[in-house]
Amino acid sequence: MVIKAHLSRGSGNPFQNIEKTTVLQETRTFNDTPVNPRKCTHILTKILYLLNQGEQLSTTEATEAFFAMTKLFQSRDVILRRMVYLGIKELSAIAEDLIIVTSSLTKDMTGKEDLYRAAAIRALCSITDVTTLQGIERYMKQAIVDRNSAVSSAALVSSLHLTKIAGDVVKRWVNEVQEAVNSDSVMVQYHALGVLYHIRKSDRLAVNKLVAKLSHMSLKSPYAVCMLIRIACKLLEDEDSSGGGSSDSPLFEFIESCLRHKSEMVIYEAAHAIVNLRRTTSRELAPAVSVLQLFCSSPKPTLRFAAVRTLNKVAMSHPEAVTACNLDLENLITDSNRSVATLAITTLLKTGAESSVDRLMKQIASFVSEISDEFKIVVVQAIRALCLKFPRKHSVLMNFLSAMLRDEGGLEYKASIADTIITIIEENPEAKETGLAHLCEFIEDCEHTSLAVRILHLLGKEGPRTKQPSRYIRFIYNRVILENAPVRAAAVAAMAQFGAACPDLLPNIQVLLARCQMDTDDEVRDRATYYYSILETQDKPLANHYIVEGLQVSIPSLERALHQYTMNPTDVPFDMKCVPLAAVPSEEIVNPSAKGGQADGMLISAASSGSKVLAVAATVSREESYAEKLRSVPELVAFGPLFRSSEPVELTESETEYVVRCIKHSFPQHLVLQFDCVNTLSDQLLENVRVEVETPTGYQLVQEIPCPRLSYSETGTAYLVFQFPEELGATVGTFNATLKFLVKDCDPATGLPDSDEGYDDEYMLEDFEVTLGDQIQKVTKANFGAAWEEAGATHCELADTYSLSNMGTLEEAVKNIISFLGMQPVERSDRIPEGKSSHTLLLAGVFRGGYEILVQVKLALAAAVTMQLTVRSTNPEVAELVTSAVG
Amino acid sequence: MAILDNDGNRILAKYYDKNVFATAKEQKAFEKNLFNKTHRANAEIIMLDGLTCVYRSNVDLFFYVMGSSHENELILMSVLNCLYDAVSQILRKNVEKRVVLENLDIVMLAMDEICDGGIVMEADSSALVQRVALRTDDIPLGEQTVAQV
Repeated sequence: MVIKAHLSRGSGNPFQNIEKTTVLQETRTFNDTPVNPRKCTHILTKILYLLNQGEQLSTTEATEAFFAMTKLFQSRDVILRRMVYLGIKELSAIAEDLIIVTSSLTKDMTGKEDLYRAAAIRALCSITDVTTLQGIERYMKQAIVDRNSAVSSAALVSSLHLTKIAGDVVKRWVNEVQEAVNSDSVMVQYHALGVLYHIRKSDRLAVNKLVAKLSHMSLKSPYAVCMLIRIACKLLEDEDSSGGGSSDSPLFEFIESCLRHKSEMVIYEAAHAIVNLRRTTSRELAPAVSVLQLFCSSPKPTLRFAAVRTLNKVAMSHPEAVTACNLDLENLITDSNRSVATLAITTLLKTGAESSVDRLMKQIASFVSEISDEFKIVVVQAIRALCLKFPRKHSVLMNFLSAMLRDEGGLEYKASIADTIITIIEENPEAKETGLAHLCEFIEDCEHTSLAVRILHLLGKEGPRTKQPSRYIRFIYNRVILENAPVRAAAVAAMAQFGAACPDLLPNIQVLLARCQMDTDDEVRDRATYYYSILETQDKPLANHYIVEGLQVSIPSLERALHQYTMNPTDVPFDMKCVPLAAVPSEEIVNPSAKGGQADGMLISAASSGSKVLAVAATVSREESYAEKLRSVPELVAFGPLFRSSEPVELTESETEYVVRCIKHSFPQHLVLQFDCVNTLSDQLLENVRVEVETPTGYQLVQEIPCPRLSYSETGTAYLVFQFPEELGATVGTFNATLKFLVKDCDPATGLPDSDEGYDDEYMLEDFEVTLGDQIQKVTKANFGAAWEEAGATHCELADTYSLSNMGTLEEAVKNIISFLGMQPVERSDRIPEGKSSHTLLLAGVFRGGYEILVQVKLALAAAVTMQLTVRSTNPEVAELVTSAVG
Repeated sequence: MAILDNDGNRILAKYYDKNVFATAKEQKAFEKNLFNKTHRANAEIIMLDGLTCVYRSNVDLFFYVMGSSHENELILMSVLNCLYDAVSQILRKNVEKRVVLENLDIVMLAMDEICDGGIVMEADSSALVQRVALRTDDIPLGEQTVAQV
C-alpha cells in the first residue's frame, strides 16, 4: 500500500511502468505466512491489469501464477479472496491443472459467507468441464433455488454458460430453474427465464407454452419482459415462415400489450419488435409508431436515438406510417447528437414530399463532413431511394452526390455513391449524360481499383449510345496511361466497346488499341491484340458476338468444364456449347454484390484460351446449385448438362400431412421432375416414396428414382425422368401427379417402426404444367438492335397479331408476357414510360438444345391491349411453338 | 465495456464476444477510434463499426458500454448507468482517473459483477456496491494506512 500510495502521488498512474516478469516474481510473496492481504491484493491487481492491457502469458507462466494464487485461500480477507476468484477466471483460459482448486471453491460456495458464495460459483463454473460438473451438480441445484438472490443469479448465469459445454446436465436442473422464475428478485427472474429458454429452445411447443404462461404472469423484471418479447418474436417469425401466423395470435397481443408497460425499456423493445416483424401491416404498426413518436421528444439522447433509428427502419418498409411523426423528426434535425440528426434527416427524406427535398439537402450538406462513414452510407442510400421516387429532382441530388464523391472517404462509402449514381443512370435516361460525366470525373482521381474497373465497364456499355461518344474516349484513354494493370485492362475493353458500336470512331480506336499492344502487362496486351484483330476484320456480327455481348455461359460451370477438359486431353477442340448458359439474375436478387460480380465477369476476354479464366466469385445461380445436386445422382449424369431449372412449385397446401414441391429441370432432350417431399407426421415412417404422373401424350418415362426412406420432418427427393416428345408442340401440357408410398407406423419419440409390416397408401397432389418458359433460358443482349438485324438474315421469322382482351394496362401485359415466355427483357424494355399508349418489348432467350430466340413485341393500348409478336429463331419449330403458345 | 482515460488509453476493458475484436490489437484500435469520435461531443450514443456504443464521461474518464446494433439501446444505457453509478459510489463521488487506479481492485470486481460472459448480472448500482465494496468504509483509511506504516 505504501508503494502504491507513493506512486500514485508521484507519477499519476501507478500501473504505468510495471513489467510482466517483475510482477510474476512478486507472486512469490503469496507464499509468505501469514498472508499480507493488502500487498497480495495489490500484486493480483497488477497481474489482472496486465492481462487487461493485452499482455500475453505463456502456459507455464500462467500456471505458476495460478499455483501461487492458490496459497491465498488461507487468508480470510474478503477482497483478496474475491480477487483470487477473478484471477482464476482470467487464467482459466491459459493455465493448466485448474482442477485442484475445485474443492476450495466448492467449500466457499457452500459455506456461510454469502459474499463468497456467488463469486465462488461463477469461478467454479468457469473451470469445470463435463466430468467435474457431475461432482458439483448437487450444489448447483441448491444454489439455483437459494434464498440469496446474488447466489441464485450467479448459479443461473453459470448454468447458462454451461449449456454450451454440457447441455444435457443443465437440462436436468429444469425444476429448480422453474422455481427460480417465480423468484421475487428481478435479476433472478431474468436469468432463470434465460436458462429455461435455452433448455427448451429446441422444442417449439414447450417454448410456446412457456411464453403463454409467463405473459399472463406479469413479470417484475423489465429485462425478463424484454427477453420474453424477443422469444415471442422469434416464435412469430417461425410461425410465419411455416405459413400459419395471424395478426390476432396471442403472441402478438402480448407484444402489443407491452407497449403500455411502465418501463421505457420494455416499451421500446416491444415497439422495436413490432417494427422488425417481417409481416406487420401498417395498422399493426400504428401503436408502435406512436410510442416512438413520444420518445422522439424525450430529453434522453439515447431514447431519441433509439426511436429515430427504429422509425428510420419503418420508413423503409412503410413510409406512410411514419408521416405522422414528420413534425417531431424535423425538430430533431438540429439535435446536438449528429447521429440522431442524420437519422432524422434520412427518415424525412424517405417520407417527405418532393417540395421539401431541396431544403433537406441543404441541411445535410451543412454537416455531412462531420459524420462517420457509416452514416454517410445511410445518407447515400436515402438519396438513392429519393431519386427513384422523384426522378425530376435528379439534378439537385446528382450534384450533391458528386460533391460527396470528391470528399474523403473509404471504399465502401465511395462504392455506395457510385452504385447510387449508376442506379440513377439506369433508371432515368435524362440523368444519364450528367451522371456519366460525374463518374468520368471521379475515375480521374480514384484510388480504388475495383470501383474504377466497374465505372469503366459501365462507360463501355453506356457511352457508345450517348449523343457524343467521343468525349468519353479521352477519359478512358487517360486511364490507360496512368493507372495500374487491372484498370488498364478494363479501359482497353471499354474502348473496344466504343470501337464496335461507333463506326466513325473506329479508326481512332484502332490507333489507341495498337498503342496498348505495347503495354507491359500481359493481360492488357492480350486484350488489346484480341480486340484489335476483331475490329480490324470490320465484321459486324463477329464484333457483336465477341465484344458487345460478352460471355453468356455461367462462369463456375465454364471453369469446371475447362478443368475437366484439361484433365483428359483429347484432340477435339473445347466446345463452348456444352457449358450451361448463365441465368440472368432476376431483379429481386440483384444486390450490389451481384452487380459487381456481373461486371467483373464481363472482364474475361479471351474465350478461346482456358488458362486465362479468372476465378470470379460470381453469384452461384439457382441452376448451379441444382446442377450440383443433380450431378450427385448417378442415374441422371447421362442426360447431359442441365439447361434450366424452374422455381419450385408447391403441389400441396403447406399444412398437410405430406408437403411436396416440384422442380422442373430441362435437359437438352429430357425433362427431370424433382419432387421434394417432407413428412410432417411424427408417427409415420414412409418408405419407397415415389410420384406417379399422368403425362400428356408424347412424353416417355425413361427412369424413376424413388426416395427409399422418409422419416419425420425430413426432406427426401424422388426423381422422374421423361424424354421430351419429338414434336415441340406436344411438350407443353398438364401433368397429374399422385404420391405413392409404403407407410409404417412408428414411435414418435425414437422414430423406429413398430413392426416391419406396412401398408401402401397414396396421396393426391395438385396438377402442374410444363410450359414454354421451362424450356427457355433467359439471356441478355447488350445490343438488341444489332442482334435483331443479324437474325433477320440468318434466322427464320414468324409474326402474328393478338388481342389481349383480359388485360387493362400495358404494364400488366408486359409482365404477363415475360412470365409466360420465360425470356429476358433486354435494354430495359420491360419498363414502360408513364402515359404512353404503345410500347415495344424486346425479349431474348435460348431454347433447350441451344436454339436462339429473339422476340419483338409491339403493344398498343386502345380499349384492350393489342399485340404484334415477331419471333426470330434459328429453329423454325421453336418459332412456331412460341407464336402458338402465346395464342 | 470499457473505461478509458482522457488520452483514449485503456484503463479497464472487457470484451465478451470472441467474434468481435478477437485480438487485443483490434480492441485497442477500436477504442482509439471510438475515443476520437466521442471525446469532443458529449452525445451519449454513437454507432461505430456496426456496434451501438453508449458512453458517459467525467473529468478525465470515459465510460463505454458497447453492444450489437440490434441490441436494445436502453438496456445498454441501464448497464452504463449502473457501471457509472457503482464506480461513483465506490469512489465516493471522486470519479477521476487517479482514484480509479487506486481502487482498481474494487472497480475490477464491480465490472465483474455487472456482467458475466456477456450476460447482465446486476443493473442496480446500490445492490452492486453492496456486493462488491465491503471495504467502502475503509477507503478513506488510505491515508491512515500510510500513517500506520
